[in-house]
Parts: sequence; C-alpha cells; structure tokens
Amino acid sequence: MAEDRENAIISEVHKKISDAFDVFDHERNKTVDVREIGTIIRSLGCFPTEGELQEFITEIEEEEATGYIRFERFLPTMTKLLMERKFRPIPEDLLLQAFEVLDQEKKGHLGTEELTKYMTQDGEPFTQEEMEEMLSAAADPDKNVIFYKDFVSMLTVDDK
Amino acid sequence: MPGIVVRAQFSELQSVFFPCQHSASFSVPAMRAALLIQRWYRQYVARLEMRRRCTWNIFQSMEYAGEQNQIKLYKFFSYLMDHFTPASSERNLIAHIFRENEVCRDAEWERYFNYKNIEVPEFYSGPHLNFPLTATNATELVEAFRTKQQLHSRYVLQLLVETWKLLRILPNINHVSTCHSKEITICGDLHGHLEDLLLVFYKNGLPSMETPYVFNGDFVDRGKNSMEILLILFAFLLVYPNDVHLNRGNHEDHIVNLRYGFTKEVLGKYRVHGKKILKLLQKIYSWLPLASVIDQKVLILHGGISDTTDLDIIAKVDRHRYVSTLRPPKQRKSSAKNKQSDQDSWDEDNMTRRRVRSMTYSSPGVSRPEVQRHSLQTLSSQVEEELRERRRRAGFSLSHGDLHNSLSSDSDSDPGENLETDAEDWKQVVDMLWSDPMPIDGCVPNEVRGGGCYWGPDITREVLEKHNLQLLIRSHECKQEGYEFCHNRKVLTIFSASNYYEVGSNRGAYIRLGPDLVPHLIQYQASRSTRDLTLRQSVGRTERSALRALREQLFAHKSDLISAFQEFDPEQTGLISLNHWATAMESVLQLGLPWRMLRSQLVNHTQDGKLNYQSWFKELAIMEPNTQLAHTNLLETLYKHHSNLETIFRIIDTDNSGLISFEEFRQTWRLLSSHLQIDISDEAISDLAQSIDFNKDGSIDINEFMEAFRLVDRTQQERSNSTLSGVHPHLLQSEHPTKTLLVSASPHFV
Repeated sequence: MAEDRENAIISEVHKKISDAFDVFDHERNKTVDVREIGTIIRSLGCFPTEGELQEFITEIEEEEATGYIRFERFLPTMTKLLMERKFRPIPEDLLLQAFEVLDQEKKGHLGTEELTKYMTQDGEPFTQEEMEEMLSAAADPDKNVIFYKDFVSMLTVDDK
Repeated sequence: MPGIVVRAQFSELQSVFFPCQHSASFSVPAMRAALLIQRWYRQYVARLEMRRRCTWNIFQSMEYAGEQNQIKLYKFFSYLMDHFTPASSERNLIAHIFRENEVCRDAEWERYFNYKNIEVPEFYSGPHLNFPLTATNATELVEAFRTKQQLHSRYVLQLLVETWKLLRILPNINHVSTCHSKEITICGDLHGHLEDLLLVFYKNGLPSMETPYVFNGDFVDRGKNSMEILLILFAFLLVYPNDVHLNRGNHEDHIVNLRYGFTKEVLGKYRVHGKKILKLLQKIYSWLPLASVIDQKVLILHGGISDTTDLDIIAKVDRHRYVSTLRPPKQRKSSAKNKQSDQDSWDEDNMTRRRVRSMTYSSPGVSRPEVQRHSLQTLSSQVEEELRERRRRAGFSLSHGDLHNSLSSDSDSDPGENLETDAEDWKQVVDMLWSDPMPIDGCVPNEVRGGGCYWGPDITREVLEKHNLQLLIRSHECKQEGYEFCHNRKVLTIFSASNYYEVGSNRGAYIRLGPDLVPHLIQYQASRSTRDLTLRQSVGRTERSALRALREQLFAHKSDLISAFQEFDPEQTGLISLNHWATAMESVLQLGLPWRMLRSQLVNHTQDGKLNYQSWFKELAIMEPNTQLAHTNLLETLYKHHSNLETIFRIIDTDNSGLISFEEFRQTWRLLSSHLQIDISDEAISDLAQSIDFNKDGSIDINEFMEAFRLVDRTQQERSNSTLSGVHPHLLQSEHPTKTLLVSASPHFV
C-alpha cells in the first residue's frame, strides 16, 4: 500500500516536471536549451545557488556539451531533487533577517547604493540587469531607499 | 531565443564589470546574507519567467484556435454553397458573400464607387485630399490621424479608387532593388495598431524615395485603427509607387475581417458609406501583390512557403481571382474533383487542435490537373511586364489614359468563357499567406490554423536554392521580441504590432536592409507606460488578461468539463485529484497548455490535494445570469460559439444596419447548429430571441447581443472597487456593475 502511494506521488511529480520542461521545449523534441534549466528548476519550487545549479547541469549534460539538455537525463535527477526536498524554499523571516544583517545601522531600510554594493560585489553577484530589475521593483522612487520589510512581503504574497 | 539573458555563472566574469575588491572586505554573515537574498530573488524571477511563458502560450493557442474555428466555419459555408440546392434558404442567406466575380464592366464598378456625388460639408474639419496626391497630402494625413481625426468618406472612396487602379497594374511579385545604396525598411503585421506605425515613422522616417518600405501584410483587424493604417499606406503607395511595396496578408480578406473586427470598425466609422468602402476594399485586397523580392536575393511574403512553392508559378497566377484566399475560385470543370479531395484531406487532419508538429508527412495526394492557360492570361502577364518597365522608366506619373489602353478589363472576361481554375494556383497562394515554420524537416498541413502548411528547414533550403535566394522574411506570428530567426537564420519573422496580446506582452520590430542584405533589427514598444512597468507588473498585467480569456473558455465548456471531471469521480464524491484535473482540462479544451504550471493561477482552494470541482466553477466568479436559461446547455453553446455567431450575424445583416430580424436570427441559429451538428429546438430559439429583444420591436441589435458576452469577473470587480490604481482600465468595467447575461424581465445593459 505504501508503495502504491509512493508510486502515485512519483508519477505526479513526473508529470509536474514534464509540464515545466515542456514550456521551454520549443522544438517539441524533449530538449531544452541549457540556459533555461535554472528557470525550470526554480519554477518547480527549488532555491539553488548558482553554484549548485552549475553542479546540477554538469551532472545531466551530455558528455560533449551540445547546449541542450535532454528530458531523459533531466527527469531522474530532478525527481530526486524534489523527492529529497533539496534546495528548500527560504522562509520569510530568514529572508528578513538577511536584510537586517545588511542593514547594520538598523534603519529599517537600505539605500539603493548600499544594496547595490552588496548584491553586485558579494555572494554570487548580480549582473547589472538583475540589479536594475531588483531596484525597479524594490526601491521607493522618491526616496531612493528600499524598505525591505515591505519588499519581502510584497513579493512573497504574490507567490502561491 | 531564451527569455532570460545568460546569467554569468562564474564570479570571475563579474569582476570585469564591477572592478572591486572581493568579499574579503565583507563579514561572513554579510556574505551569507547577500547569498541568501540573491538565491531568493533569482528564484522569484525564474517563477515570473515561467508565468510569462505560460501566459504567452495561452494567448497563442487561443489565437490559433480562434483562427481554426474561423476556417472551419468558412469551410462549412463553402460546403453549403456547393451542396445545397439554390433554393435552400440557408444558402441564400450567405450566397451573397460568395458573389465574388460578378460580371461587371469596369465602368459599372466605377459608377458604383462614384464618390463625386458625396459632398464634403462645410463644418468638416478633417483633412482634405487633392488628387493626384502629393507627399504633403500624405504627410498631412498622418498628422491628422495622429491627432485622431477621421477622413471623410468621399476622400476615402477616392483614395481607394485610385489605389485600386494602381494595384491593378502591379505584378504579383514586387521587384525591389537597393541600388543607389538605399536601405529598405521592412515592417511586419500592424493589425490596426496606429501608434506602432507612427512610432516606426518617427524612428525611421516617413516613406519617401530615400526611405523605401515594404509592408508585409496584416494591416487590419484586432486593433482599432485599421482603416487609418490602410489609408496611410495607400496614400504613400500612390505618392511613391516605386518606393512603397505592399504584400497581402491573410487578414486582407473580407471573410476574416467579419470576425476579427475590421468590418465592425468600418461600419462604425462610416455609417452611410461603410458598405461601399468594404466592397471596394474587397477588390483592393485581391489586387494586393503577393510577395516582394529584394535584389533577387531576399524573398518577403506574409506567411511562408511549402514544399510546392514556386515563384515562377506565383508570378503568373491571376491573383485578383482570390477575393478570399480561403476559397478557391469557382470551378466549373472536372478539376472540381481535385478541389474536393484537397478539402477532404485537410478536414481529416483537422481534427485535433493541439499544436502538433508531427513527423508524418501527409500529402493531399492531388494529381496535378491539366493546366489550361487561357491566352488572355499569357497576354496579361506580358502586359504586366511591359507596364512594369514603363513605370520604372517613366517614374510614377502614368496617365489615366495609359492605364485604360494597356490594361485588360478587371472583370473576368466574358461570362460565356470557362476559365479553369488551377487547384495548384490556389494552394500556392494559400501557402504563402498562411504557413508557419517548424523546427523539424518536412511539410505538413497547418492544422492549428486550418490553412497553409508547417514547413521545415529542409524546405527552406530547397526553395531558396531553387530560386537563388539567400533569405526569407515573413511575418504572421507574434514574437515576444518583435522578431525571430529560425532555420539557421535563413528565415526571419518580423512582427510590428507591439503589445499585441496585452499591454506589455511583446515588443514590435522592423528591419533595415542595405545593399549588403544583412538585416538590421530595430525594436520598440508603444505606450510610455509599458516602459515604466517593472517585470512583475508587466507579467502580471498580461497574465491577468490571459487568465481572464482562459476563464471565459472554461465557462464556455463548463458542462463538458464537468462530465470529464465526473469520469474521474465514479463514486461522486465531488472531488478529484489535481492530476486528474489537469488531464481532464486538456482533453476537453485541447489547447496544449501546461495545466500543472497554470494550476496555481486557476485553482484557489484544495482539500487534501483534491479539488471540489463544482465549487471551483462557482469560484471562477463568472457572473451567472438570472434567467431560467442560465443553466441550460443553450446558453453555454451560445457563449461557446459567440465568435461564430457574430460572424454569421454580420454576413446576414446585408444592409449593415446592425439589426437583424427574428427570422434572420432563427436562420442564423439553424446555420450554426447544422455547422456544429447540434440540436436546438425552434422553441428554445424563439424564447431566446424574445428575451434578447430588449426594446420589443421585433429585431435584435447585434452589438447589444455581443456585449452580453463580455462576462464580468466578480473577483476582478471587487479588487477594482477597492484599488483603482494599477489595474488596467479595460479590466475595471465599473460602468457595468451588474452586467448579466440575458436578463429576462428588466431591461438590460447600461
């Protein structure tokens, strides 16, 4: 019985992965451009770092990198990821804490320059485009600051 | 082209852009914090991207499903025409739209289109035109439309008549050259989006001898300024006939216009002369050239090609006989048999709606009929050649006399003559206007749209080689970036209507091509507000729009969906698993959408991973009407097929009054139900008709009837009542707070 239930779950997970994969399978031949793998994995609810992502890709790539990832290789590895619950989501309060760490003066907000410095120079740095996007969504246009508490709740409420 | 820009995955690359110290200067907690935030934010953006893709898929599959619907309807009419006895009343209702090549001399047509009796009143403040048109006239026209003026019907008709005369002497294929180091600008679909055309002119310059243009079809439908776009394009065509080139698109077709809004636009703007204008446009459409070739190397046409495409054949077809490209000209001889098998084989493949790019090569298997070229045809092509030369040498001023002398009459020769149509010719034309590229080799019928083919990279290679060409430029498909290469960059799709599906949905683009024949692409997006939208806002907006459209589909298929759900719920618990939900959705709607990805947007509440489907439907928050008809299949059918209904209405409403009688309404239903092969009792129809006749005068107002099908989304309404900003005005609908479908007693809609 337990096995049946597990099989049912796996089958459902497989279908989920397949659907997400299909969205980027433009040629309808069960392959996607390797550059879209990050989007697919993340949209399935995982929060890998760029480094972890790269590891994942290396694992499922062809021996001779073609620039494409085949579904046959993607499916088992991705299933494992989901079943093992790797790369779990980040709880909102942890995220808030992260912002508070950066906000050394405990002002309740971060300046755009401040945030830019951290995001583009630290950790796994953002590209200029990523930075601009985040600022356009996060920054209060008049005051040029980011009220991170609002930012976090605004973006997490949106998700389901 | 992947939607997301390549993210540099190695921090070394970053130091190139942001020369700075490495994280040694920051504390470990800070580094960890930054990493966390980056990880979270990238996940967020990825989910947005996924949503954007899914939204795009929704719009596209619904768009193509709509087109397929239209073609099915049209095929049904053709079938009616060919198989019903002349006395049948249904046939009579629609026969007039097929009265294409009426035997009428040019002189008679000119009398019919006579604009000279139309007076322009003193108080008319719009633009005035003088003929022959000058560049100043054309420029003034652009300016006038930019300031939202309307051209008087007299000038419209005059402009159209002049355009018609010019188009008649143009060849099927425009030959353009980039001599004198001229760069040519190529625009794709405009679909009535005047702001995009103005934006292109602003960025690129008005058409002139230094700035030649090719416009690649689909000027009309969907947008609300199709008429203005046509008038501008025609005006510049008249002023610079050697430097402005128009290709016909699949929407340059009066039958398609009935469904997609252009007919409605014209009749709304020109109440007295609209019908005449539409008739004249029919003729103009049929005379639009089919393709353009630049320097004999770059082929430009609207849809695409197929494995049978042959430019030499295309150069010789009588293009003006294809008033609507969906229907071959009437066949009189035995080649009628071929036409039948053509249509039959398409119908078989036409069953599924899913965007299938199958590997099976299915050929219609038509044996080539004997081509009997009438001598007049050979003569006319020689004449065309001659005229082209003369035009080139003489510049643009061909006198009226020249036209009459050298041209064979527009009408299709003598009535007694039996011109044999060539099924092959027709296929050439349809393929050019309706086909789409596919990534795999081969050529299969385009069952998604219902017309033309899907062609593969091998076909591109073959056709380009055959005619010594190096690039194929086409339009016909909306692209997120406004353009897209495929087939090893041998095919370039160009689409010039930005915000096509919704504000923020896509960019538009145009091409500049110089003597080196390397395409340079320029992108843009009309509407200032889109530039200020964040990624999240623009995705959100487009998504809301798509979901609304999708929900309407769900409502339209409610009983089919419930049946499908019930099949997964044999014990009638009222609950089904989400997996089964997804399977059922696809089997009923057949839109090829990733339902599991969309689920979170469509389903709010689940119980232990299961869905209560009856309450889910209620939750979709579509307002239900409060009449007894509310829960009947009739209403659902009505709603499901309202586009077809509207098309039929407009065909039946021959005087374009916007009103149809009860009897005509009944006839409409009978037509529709035989097309759909469903059974609707006469009594039900009568009841329906009476309840729609709000002012009880025995006739039904088409527009009012169609208004009923803009269902209000209750949740949107509530949201809009509380937060007005940031919601697209289209979604507000606050002026119809209690819109209901088919109210019984109380009068109606505000």
